[in-house]
Amino acid sequence: MSNTPLVEMENISIAFGGIRAVDDASADLHAGEVVALLGHNGAGKSTLIKILSGAYRRDSGTIRMNGEEAVINNPRDAKAYGIETIYQTLALADNVDTAANLYLGREIMTPWGTLDDVAMEARAREVMGRLNPRFERFKDPVKALSGGQRQSVAIARAILFNARILIMDEPTAALGPQETAQVGELIEQLKSEGIGIFLISHDIHDVFHLADRVMVMKNGRVVGTARVTDVTEDEILGMIILGKCPPGAVPGPGAMNV
Amino acid sequence: MSNTTVVQTRRRSISDIDLRAVAPFVALAVLFGFGAMVNPNFLGLDNLTNVVTRSAFIAIIAVGATFVISAGGLDLSVGSMSAFVAGTMILFLNSGAVSGDTGMIATAMLLALATGALCGLANGLITTLGRIEPFIVTLGTMGIFRALTIYLAEGGSIAIKSQELRAAYRPIYFSDVLGVPIPVIMILVVAALGAFILYRTRFGRHVTAVGSNEEVARYSGISVNRVRTLTYVIQGVCVAIAVLIYVPRLGAATATTGLLWELQAITAVVIGGTALRGGVGRIWGTICGALILELVGNIMVLSDLVSEYLIGAVQGSIIIIAMLIQRSLGRR
Repeated sequence: MSNTPLVEMENISIAFGGIRAVDDASADLHAGEVVALLGHNGAGKSTLIKILSGAYRRDSGTIRMNGEEAVINNPRDAKAYGIETIYQTLALADNVDTAANLYLGREIMTPWGTLDDVAMEARAREVMGRLNPRFERFKDPVKALSGGQRQSVAIARAILFNARILIMDEPTAALGPQETAQVGELIEQLKSEGIGIFLISHDIHDVFHLADRVMVMKNGRVVGTARVTDVTEDEILGMIILGKCPPGAVPGPGAMNV
Repeated sequence: MSNTTVVQTRRRSISDIDLRAVAPFVALAVLFGFGAMVNPNFLGLDNLTNVVTRSAFIAIIAVGATFVISAGGLDLSVGSMSAFVAGTMILFLNSGAVSGDTGMIATAMLLALATGALCGLANGLITTLGRIEPFIVTLGTMGIFRALTIYLAEGGSIAIKSQELRAAYRPIYFSDVLGVPIPVIMILVVAALGAFILYRTRFGRHVTAVGSNEEVARYSGISVNRVRTLTYVIQGVCVAIAVLIYVPRLGAATATTGLLWELQAITAVVIGGTALRGGVGRIWGTICGALILELVGNIMVLSDLVSEYLIGAVQGSIIIIAMLIQRSLGRR
């Protein structure tokens, strides 16, 4: 693991109509690392990550990619930096097939300016073959697929464009146990390819065994960050619920003053 | 594992035939059979050519409606817009601004296309920039376009004054190429272009994606407002194309021009298998839907089963029944 983080977010703040959704939050992520971002609904974790993915514009703070300051004002900018987001609820366009979803907004065209469905499907087969070799339903609209299959399409969509940072919002919330295990395998594979991953969840059990580090937010502020080996699940729960930072964690601005 | 895969594939290949895509063509075939039973003249070449020709206005407008509805929108203003575009076009023809009949008609046609595109652009921009439900926006412009037409006609009708101009323009509706009436050729050209744009271009893919899931489209870097607005512009241009062949037919626009065309166009789209919720567009299904509507009217005229004055009621019933069928097919 190199010393310069893949991405650093520093002193990020954003307010919506007077409510400070994210207040002076900092986070970093290294290549091949999985950082779980935890907190209650409304704790600011999704908002913070949407600033990274370009969905929201921050009021203040800096984002650095590989140590250099990055300009991220919209989803397109974020994608240019290799930041890809997989949303649990709004991951895919239901009525079009797998290849069309993988290339949505970045379609491969023939020299005549028409859609090159053959090339898109060929590439789709290649990428899906890497992630989910049993997947065969390339012609079906994705609404016909199972939750796990949809998740692998969503992940394929992200890594197809050489994502370096993957943001996964509640990656396993909609999945059964078997499919959850499958996503776990996918994450291991992505890590080994040097991709940095942010996992967002409000349920610690979803992500604890997948993550290298956890970062907890409460009321828009960072309570603290910790390596999963240095803290217990109960201690993290204390961070989420009470904002109490345990000795094994590095406290943030949102840590309860004792 | 491999065992279950085989079973799955086999089961799918049977249920894979999308009923919603096939249903309109089956309905069309059933109507043909029914029509032949009620009146022997029905299957005559003259009658059928006539039916297809008469369906041209709705078919062409409905191609535009397929785009709007596929992208998750709705345009109720197409009937009024037709009257407005026809009215302004005839007023221009009467102005004598361009010398020579051919030049005059060509200029008037370009003007009509531009007017249609602008009307569509207005619908699109108000919907997207104003963030107002398309239902409300186009309900409003429906009233506006209709009132403007009546105002321009001073409560009466706007007719082409010059008899020579009328005679020169007539062939656009009434003549044929190798026996195929020009309106029929227009249907095929507009539908082929529409199908190409919707299925083979990046814009068409984005239309489907926006109608399927707006948020996903936005996060994919698609400019949702631009795509939506362009569908209304396409709708406006389609209305104008329909007007180009409507004006030579009667040579006039009145307060009742295009009345209830929005009902017929949306019905054609829905019968054709396009999802009213957006995300699925079927151009050829739409054409089939427009033919079905015209055939139903034709059969009503040729038979004594139902009074032809009730045609609007029958069309209204068809769209409701089509929705019910779509829903029950979707539930399977």
